[in-house]
Amino acid sequence: MFIEIKKLTKTYNDFLAVNDINFVIEKNKTLGLLGPNGCGKTTTIGMILGLVTPSLGEILIENKNINLFRRDEILKRFNFASPYVELPKKLTVKQNLEIYGRLYGIQNLDERINDISSELDIKNFFERKTGELSSGQKNRVSLAKSLINKPEILLLDEPTASLDPDIGDFIRSYIQDYKSNNKVTIILASHNMSEVERLCDTIVMMKKGKIIDRGTCIELIKKHGRNNLEETFLKLARSKDEL
Amino acid sequence: MNFNKIYALGLRHLYLIMNSFPRVLDLIYWPTVQIFLWGFISKFFTLNSEYYSNTVGIILTAAILYDFLFRASISFNMMFLEEIWSRNFTNLFIAPIRIREIIAALTLTAILRTLIGLVPAVLIAIPLFGVSVLSLGVPLIFLLLALYLFGVTLGLLVTSGLLRYGPSFENIAWASLFFLAPLGCIYYPIEILPQSLQIIAKGLPLVHIFEEMRSILMNNTVNYFNILKSISISLIYFIFGVLIFYISYFGAKKRGTLINMGE
Repeated sequence: MFIEIKKLTKTYNDFLAVNDINFVIEKNKTLGLLGPNGCGKTTTIGMILGLVTPSLGEILIENKNINLFRRDEILKRFNFASPYVELPKKLTVKQNLEIYGRLYGIQNLDERINDISSELDIKNFFERKTGELSSGQKNRVSLAKSLINKPEILLLDEPTASLDPDIGDFIRSYIQDYKSNNKVTIILASHNMSEVERLCDTIVMMKKGKIIDRGTCIELIKKHGRNNLEETFLKLARSKDEL
Repeated sequence: MNFNKIYALGLRHLYLIMNSFPRVLDLIYWPTVQIFLWGFISKFFTLNSEYYSNTVGIILTAAILYDFLFRASISFNMMFLEEIWSRNFTNLFIAPIRIREIIAALTLTAILRTLIGLVPAVLIAIPLFGVSVLSLGVPLIFLLLALYLFGVTLGLLVTSGLLRYGPSFENIAWASLFFLAPLGCIYYPIEILPQSLQIIAKGLPLVHIFEEMRSILMNNTVNYFNILKSISISLIYFIFGVLIFYISYFGAKKRGTLINMGE
């Protein structure tokens, strides 16, 4: 296994944000992290990214505890995009990509920026300040930043939140293509069930900090006797007792 | 230390300045106003006070050096706050850059912001008031070094507070230097302070820096031991500041505040 989460727990004072969760992700697969708001998805992502220290448990990358890697050595294998995290607004798109390219130590940076910009169709607003862009444009720039280092592990937190269906579909199609053409393991947190169905190989369903179910999309729908993932999500999210 | 990454982070702040003329204006405006204000006060004292009669512009030189300290500290804080305000904090802290490289980048880039603000003001003071800080000679370099180290230390302590308490700590960033100014003996000798405060003041590098500045301007003598003392005290505070920053960073990771910063 590529990534293994073992007995991961995070407590803030008396509040149990993540409660003893375990899951594995195989290399070059996509795992969907689902659950209602406040279920611990963001905290879990934060722990994987090294932004939050777990109270208990460990995160293993290729069987090695993530804490045993040097901070800069492990983080150059990761990247992250979320509409809730922005790039410096007063810098142009090009400047932002240049800075993050340098921070990630990218060789042939101009070429890489050129490639990723063409793929994500952001070249026409390259010289505009990032803060002046529309939500759809910002999301594409944010995705470009998250792929600048061709990460082995990509974490996406609601990558299509608040986007119109057209741009949302563009992003989903792009991720799908990128996945099939590159070696990347993705952890995707999303509330968009069709997105999860389309992109994820396996799903982990969380509620109140715990994992309440897991499996492939088809397995979960079948297991809960529903027609689609949205209905399955609603059933699990509204259930009083954890399964 | 990876200097390419330090350069990248410095470049981020350089672009920020270059992209905005009002930002450059803001950097220059306040030090210039300070120089005008203290220049006129200084001129008045020079003409009306025996104490200052032999040392033209001593107050103005003190004002310039104090502003250097102030700008160094504020620049450090501002660059950190920019990451919070622009909601870029998470991106920065998940980038493969080590904490020491972030500190180094902020420390080195703060000098640029400080100089952009201060150099025009210093140049204005020469023809307008006939005062040049360069008259301090070679010791000026060491005095600036001590001031810069201490300014960055204050910046480190404030940013540690930002990491610990979140953006609400921002107000402290502006207040931090005014709190220390009375004890720094910037415009008056240490003897003015009550005995109990003198003991505390001697623990700060500012007293030694500004006492030495006055000594050079008024007596034309340089005491390099005092200068070395001020640099050493600043360096001790700087190391302490770095330590506090690390403690706050690990504390913030434990409390989970890094992931919500700026959201």
